Amino acid sequence: MSDTLPQGGTPSLHPESELEDDVLVQVDNLVKHFPVKAGGLIGRTVGQVQAVDGVSLTIRRGQTLGLVGETGCGKSTLARCIAGLIPVTSGRVTFEGRDITNLSRRAMRPFRREIQMIFQDPYGSLNPRRRVGAIIGDPFVIHKTATGAQRKRQVQNLMERVGLNPEHYNRFPAEFSGGQRQRIGVARALALRPKLIICDEPVSALDVSIQAQVLNLLSDLQDDFGLSYLFIAHDLEVVRHVSDAVIVMYLGKIAEAGPKRPIYEMPRHPYTAALLSAAAAADPKLAAARQRIILTGDVPSPINPPGGCRFHPRCPKAAELCSQQEPPLESKPGDPATHVTACHFPVEAGENLALAGRRERP
Amino acid sequence: MTLLDVKDLTVSFSTADGIVKAVRGVSFSIDPGQTLGIVGESGSGKTVLTQSLLRLTPGADISGRAEFDGLNLLTLTDDQMRGIRGAQIAVIFQDPLTSLHPLFKVGWQIVEMIRVHDKSVSKSDATERAVDLLRRVGIPQPEQRVNDYPHQFSGGMRQRAMIAMALALSPKLIIADEPTTALDATVQAQILDLLLHLQKESDTALILITHDLGVVADIADDVMVMYAGRAAENASKDDIFYRPHHPYTKGLLESIPNSSAAAERLKPITGQPPSLISLPTGCAFHPRCAYVMERCLIEEPALVAVGAAGAHRSACFLPTRAVGLGEETEELRRSAVGEGRHAAAAEVAAAIAASPEAEGSVIA
Repeated sequence: MSDTLPQGGTPSLHPESELEDDVLVQVDNLVKHFPVKAGGLIGRTVGQVQAVDGVSLTIRRGQTLGLVGETGCGKSTLARCIAGLIPVTSGRVTFEGRDITNLSRRAMRPFRREIQMIFQDPYGSLNPRRRVGAIIGDPFVIHKTATGAQRKRQVQNLMERVGLNPEHYNRFPAEFSGGQRQRIGVARALALRPKLIICDEPVSALDVSIQAQVLNLLSDLQDDFGLSYLFIAHDLEVVRHVSDAVIVMYLGKIAEAGPKRPIYEMPRHPYTAALLSAAAAADPKLAAARQRIILTGDVPSPINPPGGCRFHPRCPKAAELCSQQEPPLESKPGDPATHVTACHFPVEAGENLALAGRRERP
Repeated sequence: MTLLDVKDLTVSFSTADGIVKAVRGVSFSIDPGQTLGIVGESGSGKTVLTQSLLRLTPGADISGRAEFDGLNLLTLTDDQMRGIRGAQIAVIFQDPLTSLHPLFKVGWQIVEMIRVHDKSVSKSDATERAVDLLRRVGIPQPEQRVNDYPHQFSGGMRQRAMIAMALALSPKLIIADEPTTALDATVQAQILDLLLHLQKESDTALILITHDLGVVADIADDVMVMYAGRAAENASKDDIFYRPHHPYTKGLLESIPNSSAAAERLKPITGQPPSLISLPTGCAFHPRCAYVMERCLIEEPALVAVGAAGAHRSACFLPTRAVGLGEETEELRRSAVGEGRHAAAAEVAAAIAASPEAEGSVIA
């Protein structure tokens, strides 16, 4: 909870360069807890799922912030909070300097044009009974920005822009392949020329050859429209490819954050190091040379997260201190100020965690 | 000694829309203790290929030969097949939640599996073996966990339980169909590690079906790349990754984001995989192939030896010496295309070049 949070202000990815113009979204100390109800009609609240627990971040104009973590680490919940799809428990989200935390539907409406989402499942996120033209045209209808022939023209322009045949305006989603459906989702998100698109695992459901098509499309659109992306994925290579800065989450908290290069080349948090070592490189020599850090066990339940550092039960470097005191998210000696790590015993250059990790294989 | 030798396997399904040609004449073999990776996109036939061997594809028309340990799997009676399935050839499926029965205890499901194949084993002996198996696959406190229901297990533990079940009768071959796709990266590493370790221990052959080239690079010995129901390329892991011959294999490798090319644009394969009901004429890959030639539109290329060693086989008309990702090889490919491409193929190439994803990857 907030009283156990690191002191000394909220960590930002770029704390030293607070150029207001550059910041699109600022998230401060965001907390989202879901009540766990006991059975029965009324249901007492018997616990809290601490899905997101004190996360601060900054999304800059025209940049991509990558968000990685395993199932249940709170990355999708965080995205939904930023998009205003679910109310937050505490904390603050500002968009272009204006507080948009827990706004009413009406007050939120102008911001919905600016923040759009692309979802993981290109099958589940499109209504199968509606024609593609109507699906992509919905934002124009809802926000009353274009009607009739003008709307159709705009939709067809969008379809062309994302690589779909505009003549397929009247087709149903089922007539498209997975990659094409994801393009429909992109076109819909793009319709109102948003400033931020939150991409929640946009390519995870696609085959590799198609995945590259969609990633290239997203990067073109970013260049053309100056879009910012919050890019959520569990595939570290994909995140490395698209991101300028990266946040690694574990059990609702930021484990490590910073510019892309130091995170990938010199990870300081043992969890980041383990994730990177576990990601399978498509190169047999690299795969053979790499020493995988095998973490023991699974991610614990966010209802009752471990005390101290939440990663300590699985951490190859865990010591007494880790189970008692929560490590602050701070820049470690030798790292750039923008690279922050929440760890008492950050990984040092040349350290071999793989051997430590083998110690207690189940 | 070959454990499984599949020759010219063809599997098709009759549907209201037409005949789905899921697998079209695939041959491969696997030795004891060996790991064969089968890679391909959705709908390339990789799952149907292995399931048809075990008769898990009802309604399919199957032809060809599949010799397993001296028996032709395709001509066995249903009774004989029941004796093989699970006992000699075990399958691990992708989704561990739906492949365990939610209403029965995990231990009971392993016990049943053992006793179905060997009635002489008593219930208590089988339970003891189940506990042992759960311990072997790394489930903590197996004595208690054996009495848990699947929902009490996490995703990684369920997959461990599936592996325990697969191991229960010491099979000679394990078919793992996307065993780690539903799992997180750190858990995937655990499961791959476990599979490899168990395989080494018991000299089991492993067929690993996946779309993830990273997993293949990690644990396979040989790799078969499938496209539209056929083997596009079949070779040792190093040949596939460092000396690919088939443009589809090359395209797959180039379309994955990797650290060395982090700043560059990705090179996707243009277009979409074909429908298995109405396949393109000639080579099924030709409508997406940057190297399309006249022959490719008419003839279907056979899987032939390419490169230096005999074990590397590819189904493509490009010169057999044209293996690898280097500039020299590219020159070889280009000159072959220069000779082999005329009016019709030039038209196909122009269409590929005009598609939104092409970005100059097609040879003009």
